[in-house]
Amino acid sequence: MGRTLAEKVWDEHVVRSTEGEPDLLYIDLHLIHEVTSPQAFDGLRLAGRGVRRPDLTLATEDHNVPTLDWDQPIKDPVSRLQVETLRRNAEEFGVRLHPLGDREQGIVHVVGPQLGLTQPGMTIVCGDSHTSTHGAFGALAFGIGTSEVEHVLATQTLPQARPKTMAVTVTGELPEGVTAKDLVLTLITHTGTGGGQGYVVEYRGPAIEALSMEGRMTVCNMSIEWGAKAGLVAPDETTFAYLEDRPESPQGADWDAAVEHWKTLVTDDDAVFDRELELDASTMTPFVTWGTNPGQGVPLGGSVPEPDSFAEEGDRVAARNALAYMGLEAGTPMREIAVDTVFVGSCTNGRIEDLRLAAKVLKGRTVAPGTRLLVVPGSVRVRLQAEEEGLDVVFKEAGAEWRGAGCSMCLGMNPDQLAPQERSASTSNRNFEGRQGKGGRTHLVSVPVAAATAVRGTLSSPSDLETSAVEQVETTTSGDQ
Amino acid sequence: MDAFTTHTGIGVPLRRSNVDTDQIIPAVYLKRVTRTGFEDGLFAAWRGDPSFVLNHAPYDMGTVLVAGPDFGTGSSREHAVWALQDHGFRVVISPRFGDIFRGNAGNAGLLAAQVDDKVVQRLWDLLEAEPGTTISVDLHARTVRAGDGPDAIEDSFDIDDHTRWRLLEGLDDISLTLTYDAEIAAYERTRPSWKPATL
Repeated sequence: MGRTLAEKVWDEHVVRSTEGEPDLLYIDLHLIHEVTSPQAFDGLRLAGRGVRRPDLTLATEDHNVPTLDWDQPIKDPVSRLQVETLRRNAEEFGVRLHPLGDREQGIVHVVGPQLGLTQPGMTIVCGDSHTSTHGAFGALAFGIGTSEVEHVLATQTLPQARPKTMAVTVTGELPEGVTAKDLVLTLITHTGTGGGQGYVVEYRGPAIEALSMEGRMTVCNMSIEWGAKAGLVAPDETTFAYLEDRPESPQGADWDAAVEHWKTLVTDDDAVFDRELELDASTMTPFVTWGTNPGQGVPLGGSVPEPDSFAEEGDRVAARNALAYMGLEAGTPMREIAVDTVFVGSCTNGRIEDLRLAAKVLKGRTVAPGTRLLVVPGSVRVRLQAEEEGLDVVFKEAGAEWRGAGCSMCLGMNPDQLAPQERSASTSNRNFEGRQGKGGRTHLVSVPVAAATAVRGTLSSPSDLETSAVEQVETTTSGDQ
Repeated sequence: MDAFTTHTGIGVPLRRSNVDTDQIIPAVYLKRVTRTGFEDGLFAAWRGDPSFVLNHAPYDMGTVLVAGPDFGTGSSREHAVWALQDHGFRVVISPRFGDIFRGNAGNAGLLAAQVDDKVVQRLWDLLEAEPGTTISVDLHARTVRAGDGPDAIEDSFDIDDHTRWRLLEGLDDISLTLTYDAEIAAYERTRPSWKPATL
């Protein structure tokens, strides 16, 4: 019987397999950052162990770094200690680190791919749940806890139970203005936050194949938001074109050998998935969340749902709690919801393509009075590229704040936070209670929706910007009659 | 890691589904570089609400948390497990756990016991009707018990065999894996030379 892509990658990394025990998997790349690694390094020291493969390990500073005055010492002493601890650990254990101020610093899931370190068929782990992002390249990539970080540092392996496999086939074509983010938000509302639990998911079908690498990363990034262990897309010409000539991509004969192998990393025709789901991209629209988990979403053209409309009692309770927290009334059209802050950035939507999309909407327009727009590039490379293309000028002229690279307001660990009851439209991945700051209220949106929302001050899509101009003309005309 | 066999302690009803790890411990509490001291961040936002269950005796002395489905979804922060342990919890009971949280719990020695939805409902009702009721968890027998007489609750819970074995023995995964050093080295010799390296 044929095998799925995920099974092929798994099988290539089994060091040891015994009945009744988890497989021992070899890890090709271990990414680390300042928040989930200090206790792991302490554990190594306590046990007198070293890092087995520093040459398969890469560290960067992202979660807890400031995006303002990033060239100055970090003001918060507790944050500074955490970042300095990573620097000391990297030095002591011989791990390559891209610290603040370095050209390669940035969000760990933006840095790996742009360096070309993320390649098809690899196993990649990181003490961060959005490690699934790297699955866009056909890598098996998943988030781990700090005990597992220590395990990988010490052994370059991880015991893992073989997961079930699922295919999510997306047919048709995304309509104009509908993005990978809308696709994945639609999917999560369809499945619920636990729908993918226990599965490694392969995203496939024409709508996935048509996505850029950035779009595929956005989809794979949010796999964890519906509970999946990992999400993958089979590597193809789009993948190879993205990887060619990246700093860490194979070169010359190595490149040819690698591509030859990568081409075998597809699900066989006769392979069987444990579960299959199908969605039609052509019916999708801009999609936003109204609640406090990523599965509580509606089309932008819809309204805040009535909690009693849910079939399950658990969902009704969750919806009532969410509406109370979000300060929303059932039945309110989503487009009438006013926001205070718009955040463009994160490992979901902080890559160069995202910033280009935002700039396209914002060019020649300004941020609505009383609304704040934060644009946070995912990495220093993204920031420099955007500046080379003049995107920063577009943002600043529109009235946005142009920041340094990092996770920033996605998780509200650094000073970029919402105030209690402040409402955001955010291109990030989680709308959990307090995620972006205690009491903050988050609506997850795509990049074009974020940019249009910044201009209008209420949840909007770029088409609303054109409509409002037309409406104005019509109103004037009817007034004349 | 300390071995886990049985535990009996006061049950705490947390009538919530989708308790994500940002609820268990918000990011601003993750700045510590030590392995302990995270109890101040546990359910930080909810504890500001006087009606929150952990703000009431005898639940504040609880060691067995009973939560709705999809407990521990979201972020991979093991700090969520540590915060629960630092507060005194030894067991969390839920109909479904986030994958990474469940793995972290097993590695850190917190028992994540998966039970049927109906068992959680019955435990909630009992713990609310009779605050201070204890729950007994037996990892050998994979059972959870609470209450007396005809209304007593006794049911089984799910946990994967390997995690159960490690918890019972109090084993650390790293020492186990290091016994396979020869296999790891043999595997490393088969890796293609074009695979990327960071150094």
